[in-house]
Amino acid sequence: MSTTCAVYRRTASGGGMCALLLAGLLLAGCERPPMASTQQGYRGLGMVQVTDPRLPQPANNAVPAPLPHAQIAPGSPLAGDTFKNVQVLKDVPSAEFARLMVAMTTWVAPQQGCTYCHAGSDLASDALYTKVVARRMLQMTRHINSDWGKHVGTTGVTCFSCHRGKNVPEYIWFKDPGPAHPSMTAGNRAGQNAPSPVVRLAALPNDPFTTFLQDPTEIRVVQEVALRQDGSMGPSIKNTEQTYGLMMNITQALGVNCTFCHNSRSFFDWDQSTPQRATAWYGIRLVRDLNMNFLMPLHAVFPPNRLGPTGDSPKLDCATCHQGVHKPLNGVSMVGDYPELRGAAPAPAN
Amino acid sequence: MSMLSFERKYRVPGGTLVGGNLFDFWVGPFYVGFFGVTTVFFAALGTALLAWGAALGHNWNLWQISIAPPDLHYGLALAPMREGGIWQIVTICACGAFISWALREVEICRKLGIGLHVPIAFSFAIFAYITLVVIRPLLLGAWGHGFPYGIMSHLDWVSNTGYQYLHFHYNPAHMLAVSFFFTTTLALALHGSLVLSATNPKKGEAVKTAEHENTYFRDTIGWSIGTLGIHRLGLFLALNAGFWSAICIVISGPFWTRGWPEWWSWWLNLPIWRH
Ligand code: HEC
Ligand code: HEC
Ligand code: HEC
Ligand code: HEC
Repeated sequence: MSTTCAVYRRTASGGGMCALLLAGLLLAGCERPPMASTQQGYRGLGMVQVTDPRLPQPANNAVPAPLPHAQIAPGSPLAGDTFKNVQVLKDVPSAEFARLMVAMTTWVAPQQGCTYCHAGSDLASDALYTKVVARRMLQMTRHINSDWGKHVGTTGVTCFSCHRGKNVPEYIWFKDPGPAHPSMTAGNRAGQNAPSPVVRLAALPNDPFTTFLQDPTEIRVVQEVALRQDGSMGPSIKNTEQTYGLMMNITQALGVNCTFCHNSRSFFDWDQSTPQRATAWYGIRLVRDLNMNFLMPLHAVFPPNRLGPTGDSPKLDCATCHQGVHKPLNGVSMVGDYPELRGAAPAPAN
Repeated sequence: MSMLSFERKYRVPGGTLVGGNLFDFWVGPFYVGFFGVTTVFFAALGTALLAWGAALGHNWNLWQISIAPPDLHYGLALAPMREGGIWQIVTICACGAFISWALREVEICRKLGIGLHVPIAFSFAIFAYITLVVIRPLLLGAWGHGFPYGIMSHLDWVSNTGYQYLHFHYNPAHMLAVSFFFTTTLALALHGSLVLSATNPKKGEAVKTAEHENTYFRDTIGWSIGTLGIHRLGLFLALNAGFWSAICIVISGPFWTRGWPEWWSWWLNLPIWRH
């Protein structure tokens, strides 16, 4: 009798302690009102961004003041004529060129200064890989601003959009090397079922980058026909989960939820989606283009310590520019102050 | 409507909460009471407003009629009738009708001298509804966070509100609620089939007893919860299903704004296995 009582008492106090612990954990894991909210769609549709103003805000969004413009007299010399080894910025007046060099230094190598890219005093030398990369970056930046207006609008980008005062941008990615001890049977998670921060701790496939932002894998998975009569197989559950993995990552990069782009009653339908979804569609193509045509071909230029665990080039994704906000740098345009980064072709007026 | 011979015995006066014996009468089989009157008032006014709202809408397709709450920028203020004001008054009417109905149940229980289990159980459903359209909107600071009154439109709201938190299946209270819903149906199916099996023996045999029912479960799983116990269990499971549903939505937004998968980072960070 007394033993039973003791057992009961013990379980009761154990239960009480468990409940306390659980309540504590619940509170510790949670936020509190008041929250901020923005409505995306028609009233009552539930397309709303609810955000906690007390959470740490995405960092590094302070835009540096533009450098004073150089006085350019008409007919002043161009960099292509003044300097020995200028291949991209030939048509830029020399004084503006020098101003851009100073700006690039503050954007990419504020600690190291000019010598991060220039070998000693010979400014024409291409001895350092960083200069070779930086030259390609100049072309890439111009390409984004002149050819991808459908994504970056007239806001555009500068080196600062990605670098924010760092040699290596805060958000880059490499191909996922997979488990350290791969196994064919138990323990092989097939790149999913692990709480990866890439997919915001969900169990979804956790390398959407290689799948979608390098390889042009089809993202759309919703079937156009209810039942396939021709014997073909549509997208699989695995394809679908990969798409969801990418979507989770995009929400993280932009600091939004799914209803920023979709009316979830119909993920596929463009007519029911927000205009931002179309912008995002171009963003996906933009990122693939930059990875395929700029970063991956730089493979031979990067030193080994800049390559990934499987020896691949560093690559970029939405977060590289967006860094947790839906308009990078909260929509502030820097490129207007550095028109030489707009590129040869005039930026489209959309 | 005629009354069965023994029914009159139970039609006792008194037990009312409000109104004394003013409304203490029956209409046909229905007890009226003060709260019967308020139920009818709120229900009729609310239904008329819904019909007006539907008339203002695009069409009369029953599936597509939707009475939507105001835009978020109205905050907690009253909105113009055509821009969510109807929804606001319908919400007041619905709360009024539901609560009146529960109190009418209380009065009937008092007349009969039985416990208040039914109105208490019903109040869990009312609590879930009020959480959705009053408590959560209050906590988030705008009536626009309530769900629209429409067959399809309220489903769209549920879907989108779920995707505001990226993956709602990771919501711990939603997990509990879903588990309780499933367990409720399991318990109800076990109970219903057991009772029917005892009352449907072979042709010619007498109906079996509660002891047969108990023995069935003792033989199967070693223990029987008993005839009263199964009803306690059923009520417990069902009320928890409704209760945790209310909790799972009230924490989404007011107490958590990110994806629900991320909420579990406390688990991943437990000192036992964190690296
Ligand atoms: C992030 C890398 C980077 C940094 C930092 C940098 N530069 Fe450059 N610099 C370049 C690149 C790339 C070129 C070639 C541009 C081209 O080909 O159009 C270049 C070219 C030059 C040239 C022309 C040399 C020639 O004769 O061809 C001068 C002068 C120059 N930089 C000065 C500077 C100065 C001064 C600083 C420091 C304030 C500086 N640079 C910082 C990348 C850099
Ligand atoms: C769209 C994003 C983006 C823009 C815009 C951009 N970069 Fe980069 N940059 C990258 C990425 C990604 C890398 C690869 C990171 C690494 O080296 O590991 C990189 C690497 C570099 C490196 C090599 C750094 C190192 O230490 O290995 C230099 C130098 C550089 N960028 C300069 C520039 C300059 C100058 C500009 C502006 C003309 C610029 N970048 C604009 C994304 C960008
Ligand atoms: C920033 C905008 C954006 C956000 C936020 C976003 N998506 Fe998407 N989504 C897209 C775009 C763009 C496509 C189409 C991509 C393509 O066709 O290349 C898409 C496609 C999809 C598809 C496939 C639709 C089809 O036609 O088969 C699904 C499913 C989907 N998204 C789910 C989600 C979920 C779930 C979330 C939240 C976790 C989400 N999306 C968040 C932009 C977004
Ligand atoms: C090269 C930098 C860069 C990259 C990489 C990038 N974006 Fe953008 N994105 C921008 C800029 C700049 C804007 C702002 C355009 C404007 O102000 O009109 C923008 C705007 C957007 C918008 C519209 C936001 C709004 O509030 O209207 C969406 C959606 C978006 N990006 C999605 C994406 C997605 C998804 C990816 C990855 C697949 C991506 N972006 C990658 C630079 C980038």
